[in-house]
Amino acid sequence: MSEASVAVSHGDGSSTGIDNKKLMMWLFLGSDCMFFGTLISTHLIYRKLYPNPEVSPTEIFSIDLTTASSFILLMSSFLMALAVSAMHKGEMKSYRRMTWGVILFGLIFLGFQVYEFNHFIHHYDFTIQSGTMGSTFYLMTGTHGCHVAIGVLILLSQLIASYKGKLTTANSMDVEVAGLYWHFVDIVWIIIFSAVYLVEYL
Amino acid sequence: MSQSTAESHTLVAEKSGIGLTRPDHRSGWVDWLTTVDHKKIAVMYALAGLFFFVVGGIEVLVLRIQLSAPEMNFISPQTYNQLFTMHGTTMIFLGAMPIIAGFFNFLVPLQIGARDVAFPRLNAFSLWVFMAGAIVLNISWLFQLLQVMGIFNPEGGKDIVPAIGWFGYAPLSAGEYSGIGSDFWIFGLQILGVASIAASLNFIVTILNMRAPGMTMMRLPVFTWMTLITSFLIIFAFPALTIALLELMFDRMFGTNFFRVSEGGQPILWQHLFWIFGHPEVYILILPAMGVISEILPAFSRKPLFGYPIIVFSGAVIGFLGFAVWSHHMFTTGLGDIATAAFSLLTMAIAVPTGVKIFNWVGTLWGGRIKFTVPMVYAVGFIWMFMMGGFSGIMHSAAPADSQQQDTYFVVAHFHYVIIGGIVMALFGGIYFWLPKLTGKMWEGKLGYWAVGFVVVGLNVTFFPMHFLGLFGMPRRTHTYLAETGFGPLNMLVTIGAFILAFGLLMVIIDMIKTLRSGKPAGQDPWDARTLEWITTSPPQVHNFDKTPIVKARDAFWYDKHGDAKYKMEYEPDDGHGIHMPSQSWFPLMTGIGMMIMGISLSLYSGGVPFMGYLGIGGIVVVTVGVYLWLFEGPGGYHLHPESEESK
Repeated sequence: MSEASVAVSHGDGSSTGIDNKKLMMWLFLGSDCMFFGTLISTHLIYRKLYPNPEVSPTEIFSIDLTTASSFILLMSSFLMALAVSAMHKGEMKSYRRMTWGVILFGLIFLGFQVYEFNHFIHHYDFTIQSGTMGSTFYLMTGTHGCHVAIGVLILLSQLIASYKGKLTTANSMDVEVAGLYWHFVDIVWIIIFSAVYLVEYL
Repeated sequence: MSQSTAESHTLVAEKSGIGLTRPDHRSGWVDWLTTVDHKKIAVMYALAGLFFFVVGGIEVLVLRIQLSAPEMNFISPQTYNQLFTMHGTTMIFLGAMPIIAGFFNFLVPLQIGARDVAFPRLNAFSLWVFMAGAIVLNISWLFQLLQVMGIFNPEGGKDIVPAIGWFGYAPLSAGEYSGIGSDFWIFGLQILGVASIAASLNFIVTILNMRAPGMTMMRLPVFTWMTLITSFLIIFAFPALTIALLELMFDRMFGTNFFRVSEGGQPILWQHLFWIFGHPEVYILILPAMGVISEILPAFSRKPLFGYPIIVFSGAVIGFLGFAVWSHHMFTTGLGDIATAAFSLLTMAIAVPTGVKIFNWVGTLWGGRIKFTVPMVYAVGFIWMFMMGGFSGIMHSAAPADSQQQDTYFVVAHFHYVIIGGIVMALFGGIYFWLPKLTGKMWEGKLGYWAVGFVVVGLNVTFFPMHFLGLFGMPRRTHTYLAETGFGPLNMLVTIGAFILAFGLLMVIIDMIKTLRSGKPAGQDPWDARTLEWITTSPPQVHNFDKTPIVKARDAFWYDKHGDAKYKMEYEPDDGHGIHMPSQSWFPLMTGIGMMIMGISLSLYSGGVPFMGYLGIGGIVVVTVGVYLWLFEGPGGYHLHPESEESK
């Protein structure tokens, strides 16, 4: 990255004072809200329309397990915030340590999701073809899982770049933008966890 | 910034972050394939748009021949369905939207005094992904040809060209009822959606962040304002379509039940999701057209735009309300009285800001020294023709009337008045207005006037009788009709009108080619216009502005020329570092090609063609590798040093 573009990437000379990449990420997340909004509302509408599906959600959900994995994802967001803050302060070592933590927690969450899907399919015969609920559940949580996986890839790429010396403290904005994405994916999970899992126990 | 200031106009071939030499061609086809220059991208968008506009036009002329007389058998019902599907999809996604994207690309950076868009490589990515989507949609014709020749026979063997309407209603578009044409349609639209969203994010950041000093939001040219609002509409409306297409794709490929009625799937879900996208899409098309009109009218009335803030806010209100009226496409589906009444009222409400704009345009004309140049004729024609479409639109907003008009030619008449009388007229007016700036050459002679005459006459002869046909009960999307219905004579008139219209549009294209070949030099500011694009050379140099202008008023250039001394244009001083320009890149093109491979092979995979699943995964790999190389290549950049005598 040339010096000139580094200077620009901190919002200098932008009309709003917000960095271009950061503004772009905020706008993308606004658009992403509509993606998840559509998926979650499709699920909720079909749940309301068919209150008694063949496979009862409360029977198959293991709420303890999902709570644990949700907690881990939340904590990954905490580590992400620390990583961004470390980068801003120029503490490369701390940034790397925190980012490894985020990646690990993200992978644990994904592992839980793989286990959950596997369990549903093999123990309860609840597949993507099981009525409308199977379809909406797997597409929605699967899309969220893809977002987490992409987030892990982004963070891992940045981490590797930092070991190769290509990501320096001058690029702290790139880390902050990745952080924004990670927090958003986390917030979406909170909504899915409440509206899809917890609501079933009311 | 450390490069020597002595190297004037020399371009250093630089190594990118991944060790490959970046392309640095300034001419030839490598330049076009790797360019990140918003002006070249605009030209490619516009040429592709015009090409598909002609394709969609030919498709509809075949349809009109079929309908010109009762019980014709010019084409089979199957071909008829394919043609009206591809006509609608092509005109909206591959004709109108890319021409509009061309306008956005060419004008927005120039109008706000910027050197390029915020993310130049992302801009190139949008272009190539658009091309990929266009190819995926239209390559279905090639496979159908192969099927006719007996070489290609996919599973099911039904329509290989999409035959599900531009709205692709499920469950017709789901697995049991349609062939792999639906897959081409799904993947094509999905890829086009990626292109649109990426481009819109780019334009919003550009407009919000890249304005020249002094260019406050309320000094933005109206076209740029409409671009901003349209881009917001795109990023919030397209996700609904993306998810609907994803659900449909899962239904087709993985046996899910989103729209499978036997398993509880609800066809109405598709309608809602499609129109939550589909209605804002209407405003995505018309708002830029309104922006174009708002630039042309003041220039040739020699007056400022009447009520600039009101025009801007009306545009924003249209944008907001545009998300609240989708169900008026579904009045006959039995939404219930309350929902129907609410959507009916909101639809009527959206006529208010639109009407306000019309009054503002008329107010701009009022008392002006009007010059009827060709763009001005288009602009005045726009007001008149668009209003005709608007009036029948208000008729639809009354739900009881709408339930009579649903799926008849009355609706066809309505939206063609809006699309041709509104969008096409505005865009062609815009092409005449900005072609001298884009090419540096001026059109002349009477051909342009004759063309607009044929367009207006053809438009009215084609679509006005459709109102009557619709009210007499002629249904849309029907292959033919019986002689006893008495629809014959009016349909013949409509077909004649369609050919007049096509002839007019052909004349426009001939006029453009004539201008390109033998137009006289246009000069910097042929219209004595108001906005910043006219202070640059025609055509603009690669870096747009030698020095960044400092904006002191709305219509800055007009006040510079005709206003008080205090409005005289000033420029940012040269900082001695030169102008930072983005480097070219191969990777936007590479990701586009990857998307194309993915779209085509996954569509064929759905038809049971061997090895296509692997090829589809290969396409995804190409996209991923392209994105990684793009990221590690880094933004790059070089410095330009315009010589002082070149500056204005």
